Amino acid sequence: MAMLEVKDLNVYYGLIHALHDVSFEVNEGEVVALIGANGAGKTTTLHTITGLLPAKSGSVVFEGKDITKQPGHKIVHLGMSHVPEGRRVFANLTVEENLRMGAYTRPKSELAGSMKEVYEWFPRLSERKNQASGTLSGGEQQMLAMGRALMSKPRILLLDEPSMGLSPLFVGEIFKIIEKVSAGGTTVLLVEQNAKKALSIADRAYVLETGNIIKEGQAAELLNDDSIKKAYLGE
Amino acid sequence: MINYLITGISLGSIYAIIALGYTMVYGIAKMLNFAHGDVIMVGGYMSFCATAYLGWSPFMGILLAIVVCTALGVVVERLAYKPLRNAPALAVLITAIGVSYFLQNAALLLWTSNPKTFTSVVGDGSVQLGTLQIPYVTVVTILVCLIIMIGLTLFTNKTKMGTAMRAVSEDKGAAQLMGINVNTTISITFAIGSGLAAIAGVLLCSAYPMLTPTTGSMPGIKAFTAAVFGGIGSIPGAMLGGILLGIIEIFSKAYISMELSDAIVFAVLIIVLLVKPSGLLGKSVREKV
Repeated sequence: MAMLEVKDLNVYYGLIHALHDVSFEVNEGEVVALIGANGAGKTTTLHTITGLLPAKSGSVVFEGKDITKQPGHKIVHLGMSHVPEGRRVFANLTVEENLRMGAYTRPKSELAGSMKEVYEWFPRLSERKNQASGTLSGGEQQMLAMGRALMSKPRILLLDEPSMGLSPLFVGEIFKIIEKVSAGGTTVLLVEQNAKKALSIADRAYVLETGNIIKEGQAAELLNDDSIKKAYLGE
Repeated sequence: MINYLITGISLGSIYAIIALGYTMVYGIAKMLNFAHGDVIMVGGYMSFCATAYLGWSPFMGILLAIVVCTALGVVVERLAYKPLRNAPALAVLITAIGVSYFLQNAALLLWTSNPKTFTSVVGDGSVQLGTLQIPYVTVVTILVCLIIMIGLTLFTNKTKMGTAMRAVSEDKGAAQLMGINVNTTISITFAIGSGLAAIAGVLLCSAYPMLTPTTGSMPGIKAFTAAVFGGIGSIPGAMLGGILLGIIEIFSKAYISMELSDAIVFAVLIIVLLVKPSGLLGKSVREKV
C-alpha cells in the first residue's frame, strides 16, 4: 500500500473547478515530483492534502488513515510536514523561534536535539539564529522554511516550489538538501515549475495540466518524453 | 505639577491596560473589537455586585470580575466573531458595535441606569511622599499596570504559547501547518484581553466611582485611540500610547480647559497619525497583494 494515496480529488474555488479527479500516490522512501505550469493546480493539491483547503470530493489517505476531513493543525501530528509556496517564514520571529514553532507538536525534551540537527543541515541558519527571519535572503528563508518543517520529524515532506525566486547557486544547494533529506529516509512530494531539476532528483513524476493529471511515469522516462520536453523542459 | 503627572500616569495606566486588549485582539484576529470597552463595564458591575450584594471581600470581587469577563470574551468571540472569520472586515466591525450595544442594554436591564457608587477596592487612604499625597488607588493602578506590562512582554516573547500567538498574527495558514490550533489561539487572546479589561474596570471604578451601563464606552474609545496612537498591534505601543494619552488628558484638564480636554486628546491623535500613520511604535506593514 502506498504511503500517501490521493484519490479522485475535486477542489473548487467558488465556482472555479480547480482540480478534476486528481489521483496519485507516493510510496514510502520515494521522491515524487508533481510538475506543471503556473495555475495547473499543484499548490492547490498540496493545500488540500494538508487541510488548508477543503476537498469537494475524493480522499486523501496517509498511512492507511483517511485525512481528507482532518483540520489543518492536526496533520502535522501524523508525520506530514508542508513547506508552503513562498516559504512563509514568520518574518518578525527570529530564526530560532521559527524553528521552535516547527517543533510545536513535539515534547520540549526533544527540542534541543532536533535544533542541533537542523543547524547541522543548514549551518547558515545557526549563524543567524537570533536574527529576525524577515532579514534573511530568499535562499536562507527557503532553508529556514525547510528546517522548520523538518523540526516536526516528518515521515513525508511536502515541498512547494522550493526553487522559486532563487539564484541558480541556491537552487543547486536546495536540491542537494532535498536529496539528502530523502537519503535520510524521509519520503518527499515535490511540487516544481522547474521540471528539469525536479525530474533529475525524482523517482517518479506526475504532470498536472489545468487541474488534470495528464501523464505519469518514471522521472527518467519523462525526461526523455518528447511532449514533456517540448512543454516543460524548453527543448 | 508632579501631582498632575502622577494622576496622568495613573489614568494612562488604565488606558494602557484596556489598549492592550484592543491591540492584542487586533494583532491576532485583525479585527477591532469595539465591544471591548463594555467588558470593562461588566467587570465593574461584577466587582460591585460581589462586594455590595454578596458581601464578598474586594479581592474576591476582582477575581469574580476577571473570571466572568474572561468567559464573556471567549463566548462573544465564539458566538459573534468566529462565524465571521472569513467575512469582510466591515461585517465584523458592525457585529462588534452590535455586541457593544447588546452588552450595554443587557446591563441597563439588569442594573438600571441609576449610577451605582463603587467602593474603591484598595480603600481611601493615601501615601505621603515628601509633600505629595498620592491616593492608594493611584499607586496600585500604576503598579498593576507595570506588572501586567512585564508579565505580558515575558509571555509573548518567552513562552511557547506567546510565540505561537505572534506566529498566528503573522500568518494563520503557516501557523496551522506548524500544528498550531488557530482558533484556540484566538480564543486565548480574547480571554487575556477580556481578563485585562476586567482589571481595568475595577481600577477605573475605584478611581472614578460612578458605575453606569455606559461607564466603559468613553474609556474604551480612548483606549482604542491610545492603541492606534502607539501603533495598533504593538504591545509596547499600547502601553506607551495609553500612558501618554492619560498624561495629555490630565494636563489639558489642569492647564487648558476641563471641557476641551477630550477634544485635545483626539486632536493629538490626529496630528500623530498625520505625521506617522502607523502610530508611534507601529511598523508600517506592506500588504501583499
